[in-house]
Amino acid sequence: MIEIINLSKSYNNTEVLKNVSLHIKEGEIYGIIGHSGAGKSTLLRCINGLESYDKGTIKVDGKEVEKLKGYKLREFRKELGMIFQSFNLLKRKTVFENVALPLEVWGYEEEYKKYKEECNKEGKKCISYKKYQKEKIEKRVNELLKLVGLSEKANQKSTNLSGGQKQRVAIARALALEPKILLCDEATSALDPKTTKDILQLLLKINKELGITIVVVTHQMEVVKEVCERVTLLEGGLVKAEGRAEDLFLNPGISLKKFLGDDEEELLPNEGINIRLFFPSNSSENALITKMAKELDIDFSIVWGKLEKFRENVLGSLVINLDEKDKDKVIDYLEKKNIILEVIN
Amino acid sequence: MTEILLPAIYDTIVMVFFSTLFAVIIGSILGIILVLTSPKGLKENRTVYQILDAIINILRSFPFIILIVVIIPLTRTIVGRSTGTAAAIVPLTIAAAPFVARIIEASLKEVDEGVIEAAKSFGASNTQIVFKVMIKEAVPSIISGLTLTVINIIGYSAMAGSVGAGGLGDVAIRYGYQRYETDIMIVTVILLIIIVQGLQSLGNNLYKKLS
Repeated sequence: MIEIINLSKSYNNTEVLKNVSLHIKEGEIYGIIGHSGAGKSTLLRCINGLESYDKGTIKVDGKEVEKLKGYKLREFRKELGMIFQSFNLLKRKTVFENVALPLEVWGYEEEYKKYKEECNKEGKKCISYKKYQKEKIEKRVNELLKLVGLSEKANQKSTNLSGGQKQRVAIARALALEPKILLCDEATSALDPKTTKDILQLLLKINKELGITIVVVTHQMEVVKEVCERVTLLEGGLVKAEGRAEDLFLNPGISLKKFLGDDEEELLPNEGINIRLFFPSNSSENALITKMAKELDIDFSIVWGKLEKFRENVLGSLVINLDEKDKDKVIDYLEKKNIILEVIN
Repeated sequence: MTEILLPAIYDTIVMVFFSTLFAVIIGSILGIILVLTSPKGLKENRTVYQILDAIINILRSFPFIILIVVIIPLTRTIVGRSTGTAAAIVPLTIAAAPFVARIIEASLKEVDEGVIEAAKSFGASNTQIVFKVMIKEAVPSIISGLTLTVINIIGYSAMAGSVGAGGLGDVAIRYGYQRYETDIMIVTVILLIIIVQGLQSLGNNLYKKLS
């Protein structure tokens, strides 16, 4: 759906994106993570043409973004909704008016023509375009507000809302033109943890029920864990890691470890053998450890562990410490069970 | 005294009303062009911006009393004569339009860039962004700027009185100053204070209501 190949961009001789390539599939939730200044927001803005790029290509639905100009570009943007960290609602407009704005911008002229023809054919009295548009907009806005759960706030000024409510309005506005893709630029960074969860649930719902592809730019780990299927880690404009969210987090490379911070430092015993086992999504076999102890009749201790929730799954890794002599037995046993493992020392 | 003051009030109102109207029309267009062509504007254009910027600065640095004299030929071409109430509207408009342009420019620049970006993201055209987003968002600050403009024009119109434009300024100079009729001077000044005060409160109320 979105195909980015060797994308480069610089501002006044500083390269902000270097040879970025990624592929976002239809219907998935894709995460772009990185520290501020890593170029992730710029990358996102290249996708809907808010920013230009110097080299490489971005194809959305087969269309090269850089080639679109003027009306073509505007029409293309109808297919991509966007939400922002600071919500970017019009302060002087009500919730209803904010959501209605994209609909007003595009109007309903085509539909009205058809309606007029039909209504003339039947010889009925037709309503004016203004009234027709108003009815259509009202219907659509009410639908959207219901989707984001803000129906009763329709006539409030947007400044009277809480952060989470503002973001809901922004989401409703972004969905007004029935886009195929939703771009989220740090959409939850200004929200508290509980509200962040609610907004993420809403994004999941939109993804599932409306089948909209979502691209999430964020520096918050919980966002990635909660919603993203695949992730790209950007650092200094370069792609440092890419893959399925759970794979990346269960077995992070150096770049990702750095990004996650040093709190992941492990304190492992120096004696014996340390083995790390990863629990993949399909077999969170809780009984694995105890079964292994029983079946192999050995003793070992659990010295490090981490279990985390990724969307619906609980995934994690455990480090066990055992005697040198049991090493081969254990590895053999685990490999038979298709458990990915890593011998640490 | 009323037979002197009533026509003067009428003249002042006519002068102020029409020059404000014209100044707002011309100034708004200039202000919008300034914002559009400014660096990082929606239709960035250095040349247009710099030329317009310079013209506005030049016009704004003219002392009003000099401006009246300098543009007499222009006033003659437009109105047919260079004295009187109608003639005063031309220099008043030319003095106030650049001021309005700056006010519009400043108000529109205050509009959150994120909101403009959001409008772009759903495919709004530049015209739609200016009229449906920027001006809409800037209305309160435009209103308070325009209040300032009207009050300025009232002040200028009193000056225009000294070159035969009629109005309250003219009365104050001719009766109050040249004929030593202090009571008329005091009444005109009080009248002007009331008008200015009234307009300012009106502007403030509108601002509060709209923001």
